This record gives sequence, C-alpha cells and structure tokens, in this order.
Amino acid sequence: MYDAGKVILGIVVFLALVTFPLWYNLAGEASVTAPELEKAEGSQCVEDAEWMRGHHMDLLDDWRDEVVRDGERYFVGPDGQRMEKSLSNTCLSCHVNKDKFCDRCHNYMSVDPYCWDCHVIPKEVM
Amino acid sequence: MNLFFSLVVIAVLIALPWVLVGAAGLDYLFGVIVPYVALAVFVVGLLMRVLQWARLPVPFRTPTTCGQQKSLPWIKPSRLENPHSTLGVIGRMLLEVLFFRSLFRNTRSQLRDGSRLTYLADKWLWAGGLAFHWTFLIVVARHFRFFLEPVPWCVSVMEGLDSFFQIGLPIIYLTDVIIIAALTYLFFRRIVNPRLRYISLAGDYFPLLLLLGIAVSGVWMRYFDKTDIVGIKELSMGLVTLGPVVPEGIGVTFFIHLFLVSALLIYFPFSKLVHAGGVFFSPTRNLANNNRVKRHINPWDYPVKVHTYEEYEDEFRDVMKAAEMPLEKE
Ligand code: HEM
Repeated sequence: MYDAGKVILGIVVFLALVTFPLWYNLAGEASVTAPELEKAEGSQCVEDAEWMRGHHMDLLDDWRDEVVRDGERYFVGPDGQRMEKSLSNTCLSCHVNKDKFCDRCHNYMSVDPYCWDCHVIPKEVM
Repeated sequence: MNLFFSLVVIAVLIALPWVLVGAAGLDYLFGVIVPYVALAVFVVGLLMRVLQWARLPVPFRTPTTCGQQKSLPWIKPSRLENPHSTLGVIGRMLLEVLFFRSLFRNTRSQLRDGSRLTYLADKWLWAGGLAFHWTFLIVVARHFRFFLEPVPWCVSVMEGLDSFFQIGLPIIYLTDVIIIAALTYLFFRRIVNPRLRYISLAGDYFPLLLLLGIAVSGVWMRYFDKTDIVGIKELSMGLVTLGPVVPEGIGVTFFIHLFLVSALLIYFPFSKLVHAGGVFFSPTRNLANNNRVKRHINPWDYPVKVHTYEEYEDEFRDVMKAAEMPLEKE
C-alpha cells in the first residue's frame, strides 16, 4: 500500500464518523426510548390522539390564523362543547404541565416551537 | 432507454416497501434488516475501493496547466493552482472538495456567426452541483437529531438557521427547497440538452432520481403525510445503539424514505458516487508539482539487464576493426 499513513488516517476518520452515534449514545446517560408523557386532566381532546400526534401544529397554526385574521375565537368540540381556540387557556388547561407534556417530545426531537416566544406558560406567571 | 431503465428501477424501489410494509407488514425487514445490511455493504464496499486505490502506485507527478509552475525565483508561481509544496496541495484539495474548483473552469462551446467556434464560461453545472452537495450535507447533518440523544447544540443551531424565515409550520427548511431545486435542475440538464442526453447513461440518471426520491419522500413526510416521528426516533436510536425496535404506527412513507436511503448506501461504493472517496486519490489534485526539484523514481522499476555500447564494442572489437568500422576506443 502506498501512502499507508495517510490512507489509514482517512479510514479511521471515516469509521469514526460512521460509528459516532453509537459512541455518543453509549457515553451519554440519556434514555434511548421515547419519553413518557403526563396524562391529560380532561377526558376529551379536541381531536383524537393519533391525529393530534402528527397534526397538532397544523391545528394550532390554523387556529392562530382564524383567531388573529378572522376573529373566529370559538369552536365546537367533538362532544358539542363550545371552546376557546387558545393554546394557553384550552390546551394547557388539560395538559397542565408543559414541561411534562409538550417539552418531552419537543426536546427528544429537538423541536423548538416559536409559539412560546410570545405565549406565556400559565404556571410561570403565577 | 437509459432514462427509462432508471425510472423503472426507482419505481420498483418505491413500490417494494410500499407493498411489503403497507400490505404484507414486513416492518422488521425494512426497518431493521435492510438498513443494517445496507450500512455494512456501504462501509465494507467503500473500504475495499479505497484499499484497492491505495495499492496502485502513482509514480510521477501529473502537472496540470492551470497555473504557473514554480521555476525561476523571479517568476511568480501559482501556489494553489499549481502547488509545489504540501501546504499548497492541501489548499488545492480544500478548494476542490469544498468549492469544486475544477468544475468552476467549465466551459461550453458554441458556433457563432455560422462557423466561428467560441468557448464561453458555463457556471450552471458548478452552481447546481455546489447547491446540491452543500444542502445534502446540511440535511444529513440535521438528521443527527434522529440518531443522537440528547441532541447536540450544533444540530439545533443548524435547524434554527435553516428555518430562519419561519415560513409555514412545520417551518420550511431552506435546504429542502434548494436540494430539490438543484437535483431537478441537474436531472433535466441531462434531458434537455441533446448532446448531454447522448452521453448520459443509466448510471447518470439513476443516482439523481434516487436522491430526488429520498428528498421528496422526506419532504412528503415532514410537510404532508405526517407520521409519528417520535416512534421513528425510537427506531433509529435502536438501530444505532444496536438494540433495534420497530414501534407501532410508523407510516409507510418513512419506510419508503428509509429503503431509498438503504438503496443509496448499497449503490454508493459501486457507482460514480464513490468519487466522494476517489477525489482524495486524484493524482492531478493530490500531488505537488515538484518534478523539477525532486527526482521521483518509478516504484515498479526492476533491474533491467542492459548491454551498453562500450561492452558491445569490447565484445566485437576485432570483427569491427577487420571491417574497418569506426571505433570509439582503439
Ligand atoms: C442520505 C440520507 C438522507 C437524506 C438525503 C434525507 C433527506 C430528507 C429530507 C430532505 C427530508 C425533509 C425534511 C428535512 O430536511 O429534515 C427528510 C425528512 C425525514 N427523514 Fe430523511 N434523509 C436521509 C436519511 C434518513 C434516515 C437514515 C432516516 C431515519 C432512519 C431519515 C428519517 C427522516 C424523517 C423521520 C424525516 C421527517 C422529518 C420530519 O418530519 O421533520 N432520513 N429526509
């Protein structure tokens, strides 16, 4: 083999890059499995959980536009109840701890929603 | 024909996981076994190619005429285009790998006024290539949020910059738009220009279509057909920590995405894509042009039995003398 030193160095760097996630995760303490979520206090979400898992951001995005641009502040839930389209007042009234519900998945997936740049988290105010 | 063949192969690669995961429920095969096999083929295949290249001697420096060679002290050498030192070579390699310096020289020829052959600068291939490669790198680097826990800050910073304009929700990544635009351009470039289409092989169309398939399926999953990405992270964390699991409820789009990525990994070492490693072995890029300073001996030279003229004369002196032939030594 010619230039063995350089070639082997290149191979070592390549293998280190490919296996990096293994070392990183073995070295870290954090759990590998999906986070546990706190049970909600209410009995009925605005949509079913399966749909919400993928689409809650679409729902909130639509709500924002409807409230802010069209002034439509209320909607009728699946059980016929009239509710306010509000992240802080409606969603967080059942999912009472943002840090034990929203943040768990968001942190796990490295998602940093800009909602919280403006919306205050109710508990933090008190 | 080449194009048609590539399209058919891509269609099959998409249909396989679609049918076999969607209808036959072979999630473990497509979620665990195929990715592991693909990674093994990728690593072993690439190492084999590299070791094969490393065994080939490159005896002489191949000077390219991109810049003034180092010669007399009062002639200014071009240190990056025609380097004579290791440092210069490193500079040239960096320019090549990071900015595609050679491709920047690309020209196109054209007949003007009927018969005047003219060469013009053509930067489109360079721009499209650079746009694709850089966004590909960023997309892959951002994907480390699926493979690392906790997610390191540099990945979050990259995500933040990539979603700078906060368009839509989930926020549209700028790199997603650029990578698909660049790949689409690179693909149609081969089809629209008749001369290029004439020299394009299946090995040219297929990788572009495969990468396009990967990018589009990823975009599809993020913005349109939402799936349970927390479950996907469990799957990918299981893969990289060697404890594979396939959680319930992962949409079939993900399996298509993952299968196309696996196909890319398997295809990589045996196709032109292996230039990722090959560029480091390019003799016109990685050797300093120091032929005038240093003697380079051909490593495959072996001792050749020679018969010099002196020896020849010694052997036949008498005969030559008799024939009155001129001699160097009497
Ligand atoms: C060559 C490698 C890959 C390329 C080029 C690629 C490309 C993409 C692109 C362009 C997107 C759109 C969103 C974004 O840019 O983040 C995407 C999304 C996604 N990719 Fe990949 N991908 C690759 C490998 C993988 C692998 C190995 C996995 C998992 C094991 C994966 C899982 C996902 C998931 C789950 C999404 C959806 C993200 C979301 O919903 O936010 N990808 N991919």
